Amino acid sequence: MIGNFINIGERTNVAGSAKFRKLILAGDFEAALAIARDQVENGAQIIDVNMDEGMLDGLEAMVRFLNLIAGEPDIARVPVMIDSSKWSVIEAGLRCVQGKAIVNSISLKEGDAEFLRQARLVRRYGAAVVVMAFDEQGQAETADRKFEICARAYRLLTEEAGIAPEDIIFDPNIFAVATGIEEHDDYARAFIEATRRIRAELPHAHVSGGVSNVSFSFRGNDTVREAMHSCFLYHAIAAGMDMGIVNAGQITVYDDIPEELRERVEDVLLNRRPDATDRLLEIAERYRGGGAQARTIDLSWRETPVRDRLVHALVHGIDQYVEADTEEARAAADRPLAVIEGPLMDGMNVVGDLFGSGKMFLPQVVKSARVMKKAVAYLLPFIEAERTSDVPEAKGRILTATVKGDVHDIGKNIVGVVLQCNNYEVIDLGVMVPAERILETARKEAVDIIGLSGLITPSLEEMCHVAREMKRQNFSLPLLIGGATTSKVHTAVKIAPGYDGAVVHVTDASRAVGVVSNLLSEVEAEGYAAGIRADYDRIRQNRAGGDATRKRIPLAAARANKPIIEWADYRPVKPARPGLTVLPQYDLAELTTRIDWQPFFNAWDLHGAFPTILDDPKVGETARSLYADAQAMLQRIIGERWIEARGIVGLWPANSVGDDDIVVFADEDRSTVLATIHTLRQQMAWDRGKPNLALADFVAPFETGTPDYVGGFTVTAGLGVDDIAKEFEAAHDDYSAIMLKALADRLAEAFAERLHERVRKEFWGTSPDEDLDNRALIAESYAGIRPAPGYPACPDHTEKRALFDLLGVEQALGVTLTESFAMWPAASVSGYYIAHPDARYFGLGRIGRDQVEDYARRKAMTVAEAERWLAPSLGYVPGAEEETANAA
Amino acid sequence: MARGMGDRTEALEAAASQRILLLDGAMGTMIQQHELGEDDYRGSRFADWGQPLKGDNDLLILTQPEIIGAIHRAYLDAGADILETNTFNATSISQADYGLSDLAYELNREGARIAREAADAKTAETPDRPRFVAGALGPTNRTASISPDVEDAGARNVTFEDLRVAYAEAARGLIDGGSDILLVETVFDTLNAKAALFAIDELFEDLGATLPVMISGTITDLSGRTLSGQTTGAFWHSVRHAKPFAVGLNCALGAAELRAHVAELARIADTRVSAYPNAGLPNAFGGYDETPDQTAAHLGEWAQSGIVNMVGGCCGTTPDHIRAIAEAIEGMPPREIPEKPRRLRLSGLEAFELVQ
Repeated sequence: MIGNFINIGERTNVAGSAKFRKLILAGDFEAALAIARDQVENGAQIIDVNMDEGMLDGLEAMVRFLNLIAGEPDIARVPVMIDSSKWSVIEAGLRCVQGKAIVNSISLKEGDAEFLRQARLVRRYGAAVVVMAFDEQGQAETADRKFEICARAYRLLTEEAGIAPEDIIFDPNIFAVATGIEEHDDYARAFIEATRRIRAELPHAHVSGGVSNVSFSFRGNDTVREAMHSCFLYHAIAAGMDMGIVNAGQITVYDDIPEELRERVEDVLLNRRPDATDRLLEIAERYRGGGAQARTIDLSWRETPVRDRLVHALVHGIDQYVEADTEEARAAADRPLAVIEGPLMDGMNVVGDLFGSGKMFLPQVVKSARVMKKAVAYLLPFIEAERTSDVPEAKGRILTATVKGDVHDIGKNIVGVVLQCNNYEVIDLGVMVPAERILETARKEAVDIIGLSGLITPSLEEMCHVAREMKRQNFSLPLLIGGATTSKVHTAVKIAPGYDGAVVHVTDASRAVGVVSNLLSEVEAEGYAAGIRADYDRIRQNRAGGDATRKRIPLAAARANKPIIEWADYRPVKPARPGLTVLPQYDLAELTTRIDWQPFFNAWDLHGAFPTILDDPKVGETARSLYADAQAMLQRIIGERWIEARGIVGLWPANSVGDDDIVVFADEDRSTVLATIHTLRQQMAWDRGKPNLALADFVAPFETGTPDYVGGFTVTAGLGVDDIAKEFEAAHDDYSAIMLKALADRLAEAFAERLHERVRKEFWGTSPDEDLDNRALIAESYAGIRPAPGYPACPDHTEKRALFDLLGVEQALGVTLTESFAMWPAASVSGYYIAHPDARYFGLGRIGRDQVEDYARRKAMTVAEAERWLAPSLGYVPGAEEETANAA
Repeated sequence: MARGMGDRTEALEAAASQRILLLDGAMGTMIQQHELGEDDYRGSRFADWGQPLKGDNDLLILTQPEIIGAIHRAYLDAGADILETNTFNATSISQADYGLSDLAYELNREGARIAREAADAKTAETPDRPRFVAGALGPTNRTASISPDVEDAGARNVTFEDLRVAYAEAARGLIDGGSDILLVETVFDTLNAKAALFAIDELFEDLGATLPVMISGTITDLSGRTLSGQTTGAFWHSVRHAKPFAVGLNCALGAAELRAHVAELARIADTRVSAYPNAGLPNAFGGYDETPDQTAAHLGEWAQSGIVNMVGGCCGTTPDHIRAIAEAIEGMPPREIPEKPRRLRLSGLEAFELVQ
């Protein structure tokens, strides 16, 4: 729905802004420039400059203003729309801009010859152009006329003037409706209908318009006007309108419009019934300026007492008034601290209650936290100036950290924000934090709880280490465990036994508050911890039993049961671009279309399939708002180049050797070995006929003489993320910081998917004619796989080292590996390409000591080292007798 | 119009599709080696000219044509496919410094003619490998986007119209002298370049024929922007309407510093990409220290990475550099021209793209 709509800033338009007109007429260009700057800083992606004013030499003013803008990098950053009804003014403007501008506008009102003359000049000056639906007969009013004029203009522009179709923007005229004149009733519908036809039948052309015209009849009734603008945009954007001049202060959220008003507005806009105007007029007065019903989401809350305003702002996550309101509350309170303890806490308690009862969802809570943090940041200097030592009493102090070797922090940051919202103090040590620092800080700051987070499997081992260290250093604090690879089972079986205090696995951020409040409750704590402990004991017992029933077979037997592939019949495709291909500064815009959104919503604890989650009766509204914020941020990520995506692909001759290894050769001679990829084999005892898989099975054995190949890749969309996220955090905007990281993760995954597609079609060429849509790609309905070291088919993260060396990743991309082989920046993906059509993803399952010993020998590691890295996959307890573990 | 122009365009396109084309190296560096004095610059024709002329390298086209011809030949012998005419400053605007604005047309025509003769002579030796002449249109010594007056950011010392007229005259001279290509180069200020492209487009319409146009911008320092403040992407969006035969970057930076920007152009430009860097960054004496092998190693790697269609050298490079580059790119395929989706692409100082 939101689509990619470009809003054109209109405040540097003498016709659109009285303030700007006054300044220009007074010759105060300095102040006029400040308006332009402000507009760009507030996110205008294009600014419209219009000097059409009877009292003014428009040409001179246009030239002067554009020349001044050219000297202001903060303004000149964005493209200009040169707006005038006089061609001479437009042409003078075109001679001032080095960038590619938009001409607004030309039309057929003086016939083909003049239209073509201007169009050819537009091309020669190198601009895009807005074309009004206006011809010799006048402005088009019906959908048919609008479309016909645009179609005629399109033909002339593309066939005779040499203008690229993507450089054409049609403005099919937005006129006022509900004027009482019957002929006007269809104007809005006609625009929408014409838009639909233009987008369908005039390829690549765009549609724009000035939206405020449509509601002209309701001047003075802002509620109705805003509702009309929002409903109009909703339908016009759906029909394909992709640019426009909209005053952001004059729209409301479509879903916030009261049902009754929305229905009647839409009746008018879509011309759905003859009495539509009368019916809208009937109710319009009730919504004029502050009718309680209509204004709940609107500004009536601004008229309530300051306490209520603060509560409202917190609950609704509105941060634009918070400093002024906080100041007002502070001035009225006897001490600044009272503002925090009073209205701000009241507001956060409401947030906490709504969240706890499932009426608010995580993204909203994080937005509320942003408001809270800004208010507190405002008050801090006053509190310090009072020179009193008392800070608001928090309910408890929680230390959070992503463990050593791991860089993933989205979930941890969300937990931190949620806890802060609930009046816990959070000391966040960041990522890659060694155990010593965690424990030292815990002691020094006298924290009440330690929370550990991690995403990659080696982090599980590190968490066990932290737990053991806590025991060794005589800690008794509760320990919370969270993060994507953590589980209740792992926590119960591997972490909890190492520590005597309470150890609790937290499944998602929304649970964190409940867990923490239970653990810190004087009344509940003991019983709660005992309950968890009993639960985990049960899990340990069940698991021991479950293990015994699942038999494993010896490695030799597993190798003998490898899948049968007829290599004699297989003709591997030779890569079209062998060796390394670096893709620097990859087009982010291309990747946005490939995003798999479902995990994005999961990151925010919104669970459900995309896109149906947007219409979910319970969380749909939150999901839509989150999705809209994500789309807006994506635009900024791309437009302002916040992050850089880079990738590298390597494709080499390769064969499998000795059952489970793949050797990568320097060239077709297959004599110089570049690297060996060590794979692991399933050892489960299948009931009937299923093979025991290893990735090496899908690469032709050397002795077959089949010239096979493998590939490797690394992509990142994380370069730049950290700096911008830190800026957001410094501005107390965790919501945006977390959003950015979550989007970077999605872009990296989208990049991996896109690159794999290009490898299949282009760089390797295994399926040059593949034609799959995004859904099919996400569902992986293509031939070949891209398993990643550290994930189920090949869970050993240390194999990433060899892959990185093969590709020269550090040098080519600037992506590095931590001591646990996590990739930094976090929004990175790496893996292998295997092309055989039978190749498939599988889970290794648990493996026996015989394979670990064999693997350690192949990798020139000690068995203990191998056991450490393979810990999550071990089917035995290192040091114990294997059969004992199974039989327990 | 020169005869055979269409044929040469075809030959140029064919050559560009087969291999990475090699441009020549610096002209100024080579002229310096002759250590010419005021009298040498004047020659007999301008012996009595009322202003000093030393330093007007473009004037040597008229007063020392054999030196210019010899430099062209040295680059051809080193392996250059394309000669750039010695007309970097031969517009009426730049020549105003010497009071020689009236010579602009003649300088361009003769500059092209001298290069044409050298190129034709070499082509006659190896007819299967034709050599080409790129008529150079420099940035002029004025900028249309930047104020010369610190007190008034809106002031300009040259207008689009002035530039358009000057470039039209120069381009006409270059075409009449036999250029195969028009090269709008060392673009410091994209608005100047847009005036040149506007003039060229008008000229083509008058002549009823076109030549391939190359556009080469200049990233002036490590900020990664042109002097007028544009990023590489914004620059490309600003000039793409001219449908250039190639777009590229030259001057100001050495290959090491320029690489990222060339790679960016290679990623975004749906036309050929050219690059002719300086021989490194200038040393403390304003000279250039990068050896032919060093320059060639960089450009060889660019060729290997598939990011260029045409390479050469700018300030500080010599025929030895060009020879080394020729060896380094020998046998390497030119960059494949990517197809880009049709999108509304605009620019201010930064690139804008409307993603649907």
